Amino acid sequence: MSGKKYLFKRNNVWWVKLAVPLSLRSELGYDLRRTTGEKDLDKAIPIRDKIIEEFKTEFQIRKVNADDKGIVLRGTEHMQKTDISDPQYFHKVVDCQYACPAHTNVPEYIRLIAQKKYDDAYMLNWESNVFPGILGRTCDRPCEPACRRGRTHDKPVAICRLKRVTYDYKNDIDPYLPEIPKVKNGKKIGLIGAGPASLTVARDLLPLGYEVTIFEKDNKPGGLMRTNIPSFRLPEEVLDEEVYRIIKMGAVLKTNSYIDSLENVIDSFDAVFVGTGAPKGKDLEIPGRKEANENIHIGIDWLTSIAFEHTKSIGKKVIVIGGGNTAMDCCRTAIRLGADDVKVTVRSPKSDMKASDWELEEAIDEGIPILDNTSPKEFLLDDEGKLKGMKFEKMEAQYTDGKRKLIPTGEEIIIECDDVLLAIGQDNAFPWIEKNIGIDFNEWDCPIVDKTTMQSSHPKVFFGGDAAWGPENIIWAVAHGHQAAISIDNFCSEVDLFNRPPPLTNLVSQKMGIHEWSYDNGISQEARLEVPHADLKQALNDLKMEVELGFDEKLALEEAQRCLNCDMQTVFQEKLCIECDACVDICPTDCITFTTNDTEEKVREKLRVPALNLDQDLYVSGKLATGRVMVKDEDMCVHCGLCAERCPTGAWDIQKNNYIEAHNLNKGRVKAKEVA
Amino acid sequence: MSYFKPINKHPNLEKNKLGLTRRDYEGGVSTLCAGCGHDSISACIIEACFRLNIEAYKVAKLSGIGCSSKAPAYFLNASHGFNSVHGRMPSIATGANCANEDLLYLGVSGDGDSASIGIGQFIHAIRRQVNMVYFVENNGTYGLTKGQFSATNDLESKNKYGEDNLFPPIDLTSMAIQMGASYVARSFSGDRDQLVPLIMGAIQHKGFALLDIISPCVTFNNHDSSTKSYDYIRNHNEAMGKTDFVPLGEEIKTNYDEGSSVEVKLHDGSRLSLEKTDHNFDPTDAGNSLELIRKKNKEGKIITGLLYVDNKCKPLTEIMDLPDKPLNTLEQEELCPGSEVLEEINKGLS
Repeated sequence: MSGKKYLFKRNNVWWVKLAVPLSLRSELGYDLRRTTGEKDLDKAIPIRDKIIEEFKTEFQIRKVNADDKGIVLRGTEHMQKTDISDPQYFHKVVDCQYACPAHTNVPEYIRLIAQKKYDDAYMLNWESNVFPGILGRTCDRPCEPACRRGRTHDKPVAICRLKRVTYDYKNDIDPYLPEIPKVKNGKKIGLIGAGPASLTVARDLLPLGYEVTIFEKDNKPGGLMRTNIPSFRLPEEVLDEEVYRIIKMGAVLKTNSYIDSLENVIDSFDAVFVGTGAPKGKDLEIPGRKEANENIHIGIDWLTSIAFEHTKSIGKKVIVIGGGNTAMDCCRTAIRLGADDVKVTVRSPKSDMKASDWELEEAIDEGIPILDNTSPKEFLLDDEGKLKGMKFEKMEAQYTDGKRKLIPTGEEIIIECDDVLLAIGQDNAFPWIEKNIGIDFNEWDCPIVDKTTMQSSHPKVFFGGDAAWGPENIIWAVAHGHQAAISIDNFCSEVDLFNRPPPLTNLVSQKMGIHEWSYDNGISQEARLEVPHADLKQALNDLKMEVELGFDEKLALEEAQRCLNCDMQTVFQEKLCIECDACVDICPTDCITFTTNDTEEKVREKLRVPALNLDQDLYVSGKLATGRVMVKDEDMCVHCGLCAERCPTGAWDIQKNNYIEAHNLNKGRVKAKEVA
Repeated sequence: MSYFKPINKHPNLEKNKLGLTRRDYEGGVSTLCAGCGHDSISACIIEACFRLNIEAYKVAKLSGIGCSSKAPAYFLNASHGFNSVHGRMPSIATGANCANEDLLYLGVSGDGDSASIGIGQFIHAIRRQVNMVYFVENNGTYGLTKGQFSATNDLESKNKYGEDNLFPPIDLTSMAIQMGASYVARSFSGDRDQLVPLIMGAIQHKGFALLDIISPCVTFNNHDSSTKSYDYIRNHNEAMGKTDFVPLGEEIKTNYDEGSSVEVKLHDGSRLSLEKTDHNFDPTDAGNSLELIRKKNKEGKIITGLLYVDNKCKPLTEIMDLPDKPLNTLEQEELCPGSEVLEEINKGLS
């Protein structure tokens, strides 16, 4: 097998897509996407083949059918009744929440915005993703490509910018913060690095009575959120408010404290969390590199020195090398520092660039040319040994079997420049961790960390954020932080680390009268609203002026109305159904079919509209009086509730599925629920 | 309560030859009781019109008074419509049919509208062979006036409050056959696989087509002692063999064993292919059909399917030798034969 088949890219890493029928879910689990752990397609392909082979051997008894939609395990039996008591079933229907690494309950906070309950909406976010104001401006938003509205209508709901609205319009939320016990539990935790991962761990542990100390090498906390994200995207006051809120909860912050030996700190604490990020920018070893060193800067280091106001200027002509989000931040910062000719060069075609679409767009909107298929060859120096330009070679992308190859064309171009910024990737680096203290590293010098517990091979040491598995984004660091905090709490309480708290779930009927629901099902059919931007001319002259202005209240309320309320679940009880077909007739998206049971493959084909999206489940009822079953394709359901409204017997009901991912902050609640 | 259905539809929804989807044939959101059989019938009409590639503006929906007669508001939004006085829909249909042969007439009526107040109108529309599809959405009760017995309610069927029914029912299908209807079928709102081809056949048939569709009233006549409840009909339904509608120029896809199916050619060349059940039933023999209906009624079974079809009948407009063109498109020259003709006539009189 060759090419990109069965592979898809997520967070710059290649994953294998495996689809499994519902009947096998209990056995195999839900998310059968497996990561190859590789960013390079060539390396990912053999790993994919291995994963597929293992998968086939593991389930040899069943027919395995590989087609373009993924590796599909075909059930050979009739479909089973869907088990909606499994919290993951309805969780998966809420596409945005399921896609979010921290599983923030998006529809709930959008409804709170619609009710102008901004404080509540903010707190819901804060509990789940810790940095709503920061993430509302900078998140990589995995929720948006997942948004159901992108399938049923046109574009997803502007989830990320609505999160920002909760920050922008909230009042004082201090009274709602968790209480910090005055009497501590006697356990001391050391956190290395004051980035999003460590801060999340601190926030999750402080309310439980832990004594937390954070070590930060710079003079202010925030990690990459402060050093690498320019303030025209993330104003300092937003960052400070949300970062210091956690410090104020009682963490001891030690700034300007670079830890040069883990061994020295490990004994002072009951557990240590490493959240030091991926601080080493990649260099470009081509001719002229050493000679022109003075005018060549590593992108992330350069952004850091601007954040701390060490660097205040740059040459007039600047080349930025790289196609990721850091490159976008570098070029936009360079323009604001006074450069008047900034160009971005990237080896690959524009369509393959790693930068998020919206960040690329913003750079282009600011008038920055992106030269794609342009591979750096040499730094050129003038007679005095100063950088005067760069030589590039044009590349050509050729695709065979979906696999890309960049072929040099031999065409060379020279671009004049005063400075070059390198933004071609970054690595994590642990020169400060001794090799003999029990932490195992793999062949790429990355620590071996358990995917569930975040624990390293040293039981007291936990990793998270970019430090664990390389560069991701803030929301992943938060998710890692939650998991690490659970592990640390278990570890300090001598509970098995794999004995993890379950999510909090609640399924409540929304019926108020005969045809009344306690949610607003009259969703807006309008297109996605654009976020207002500051005047470009002014913005380009001011390094600190925020470019995106955010939604005003009117726009926010309009955009909130676009949310389909996917957490309002359609729950079916076959014993009440009289098979009158009213739900089939009213459903605007033809999701419901009454049919004879069969294997999932056949059932999917014989629905009113065949269910081709294997990522989405079928909701299957038990046997009805006529021997048929009700099958609902979750893929296109718009959660309008009309099926339940037109149901004469209440066989359909609309129930709100409140799914709260477990983290230490709601630990008390989980326990209370168990007791109840 | 929602009065609007979201406008977005499934992106992979099937399209017909006109490039329309099923949803383009919809009407307003129904205000009938949730679960009403009438809504299922509306959905089947939508499906049949979608599959026959019918242009909605070439359809006229006619109705009288009753729950059933509200139904035309819930399908084919882009069609013509006339909501007449109680029981008088057949007269309106007859007039419209004479004035404009080009439209497809869908008359939607109920058991009260057709079997009680309008029974005289009903019979004469049949007798005159009006070219229309006449739907009787038959639930055996006056739903709109709180559930009194209608004239089609079975003798043994009590009302919701336990009262006995004193009078025997009218069987509209046998009556229609006797009066000369040329396409008679009975079906059940809960069996769309059977109903949709029957509607398609009725639409393509030229002449009076009666569809007597048992349509449970969820509010007043869906209880244990009713003979028109979902459960009762499912348990007592004796469906005739399957009917397939085969549009003009298409191959018959279902294969029955030789001699086990009957094929009926409709006026436009499309065909109905009927699966034969055990007996030597011939749907083109009226006596045969009446006998079968009588026999099954006696056994307490509800016979459904295509009961009678006469594909050689002459519709009203042919009997009366009316112009093929709609009256409102006739030009002055066609309407007035001129002074010369008048003179000829006058000469003949002198």
